[in-house]
Amino acid sequence: MNHFPEAWGRPRDEIYGAYNPTYLPSSLGGAHQPTTRTQSPIVTGTSVLALKFSTGVVIAADNLASYGSLARFTDVHRLKPFNKRAVVGFGGDVSDMQYLDRLLNSLDVEENYTSSTGDSKQGGEEGLVDAPLMSAKNLHTYLAKVMYKRRTDFNPLWNALLIVGLDDQSQPFLASADLLGTTFSAPSLATGFGAHLAQPILRRVVPNEAASRELSREKAVEAIKECMKVLFYRDARSMNEYSIAVVDENGVELSENEKLENQSWAFADRIKGYGTQVV
Amino acid sequence: MASLFHAPMPSTGPGYSFSAQPTAASAPRQHAGFYPYTDNGGSTLGISGATFTILAGDTRSTSGYNINTRHAPKLFKIGGEGPDNLNARIVLSVVGFAADGNALKERLDTVVKMYRYQHGKEISVHACAQRLSHILYGKRFFPYYVTAILGGLDEEGKGALYSYDPVGSYEREQCRAAGAASSLIMPFLDNQVNLKNQYDPMSGQGLEKVQRVPEPLPKETVEEIVRDAFTSAVERHIEVGDGLQMMVITKEGIEETFSPLKED
Repeated sequence: MNHFPEAWGRPRDEIYGAYNPTYLPSSLGGAHQPTTRTQSPIVTGTSVLALKFSTGVVIAADNLASYGSLARFTDVHRLKPFNKRAVVGFGGDVSDMQYLDRLLNSLDVEENYTSSTGDSKQGGEEGLVDAPLMSAKNLHTYLAKVMYKRRTDFNPLWNALLIVGLDDQSQPFLASADLLGTTFSAPSLATGFGAHLAQPILRRVVPNEAASRELSREKAVEAIKECMKVLFYRDARSMNEYSIAVVDENGVELSENEKLENQSWAFADRIKGYGTQVV
Repeated sequence: MASLFHAPMPSTGPGYSFSAQPTAASAPRQHAGFYPYTDNGGSTLGISGATFTILAGDTRSTSGYNINTRHAPKLFKIGGEGPDNLNARIVLSVVGFAADGNALKERLDTVVKMYRYQHGKEISVHACAQRLSHILYGKRFFPYYVTAILGGLDEEGKGALYSYDPVGSYEREQCRAAGAASSLIMPFLDNQVNLKNQYDPMSGQGLEKVQRVPEPLPKETVEEIVRDAFTSAVERHIEVGDGLQMMVITKEGIEETFSPLKED
């Protein structure tokens, strides 16, 4: 006895003909190709940076989508505003970003249909005061669950996300979610190369939550812009055009074609310790 | 080699109408592909006393040599009321893969809350401990990659502490360290809590030596041991540090504290 259908009374081949194997995978003689899953990202975006300040959050990402080392698309906007109090920044695979963007758009539509109270005032000045509006924290929980589900299905969305905005108490909120469903939150966050290059600079600005509550909006924006410059100097998959967004009580302020300013390699001759120079 | 794939199955039953085995060897893997786990570092520990249980964990979250954040709690209240687990009496600590840890916490929390809803009484730690084992074993073939420790008070009011492996093996213990620095902390706990290798100095030499008998420690002593364990682990393990989260479970409830650890 075994586990094959013939041994358990399946109609016999001599009488009813052979089993039709077309629906089976090709490895068993069928017509179906094996199901395939993302094993690596294809068109990718590089780092996303974000920083909390006293009344809100700044987030930035450049406008480049790379195909390996080829700078393939130079006008890809990787910051997606969700509603008046949340923005998502996407690193990693661009097609998965576009999928998630569609998902978030349908979620937003759904939210606006169900919350009838928030709906009428949504366009008004007091839109943020309306309770039913989904907070950045809610959005983070949602996205983290989507990411974790997909990794558990062995079909990951190959992204590193930063979710910024205001939580249910209208306090600044910043958290990350990645392709494994790992989540964490901190006063400053950076994905990809930024975790190595920008995060140390940002942590000097805001070593802890208390420091971020003291930080002004101007200083926060300045720090993020400085980090975007450092990343452009050192990250080979980066570009000098980027998007930057600020979320605070007044809503989302998004600029999608900022240019890096005051670039200078003047610091380079002071760098020592590697390369060919003696001393 | 090809004949290997077409060899008939050794069977006395009828033949197969489709080939039961792959007709081609799968192609060699091109690259590493997707690996669904990661290690977020950190360490946890739990010690039970006569009337209390203490759980502790550091708050650092790492990936490789990077610090994700300095504040990622590993201890969670289980049960109680609402999203803030008011009046909860059970604590779960998870260390390993943080995403699995969170998923496990949410599952156990839901189960414990549903238990109260359906039975009209709080779940006992004993029952909760067994349920946690079943949840872990239920994913035996795609495990939650975490080491869990569950703490609370048993029906007699004594401190109860249960420790787990990722696939649900569990036992009740006096103390347990888990996570990245468990190999540094556990021997210290063996010596200080279970008094291993400590002998009565008044007893004789060699085979005459008499082991000191461990007995439940007072709360203040245990808190000191926990602090010492973590300050020492921070010195010797790079994945441990930033903050210490402690939860003390007594019949009055759960007292949660955060205190700083070195951030280097």
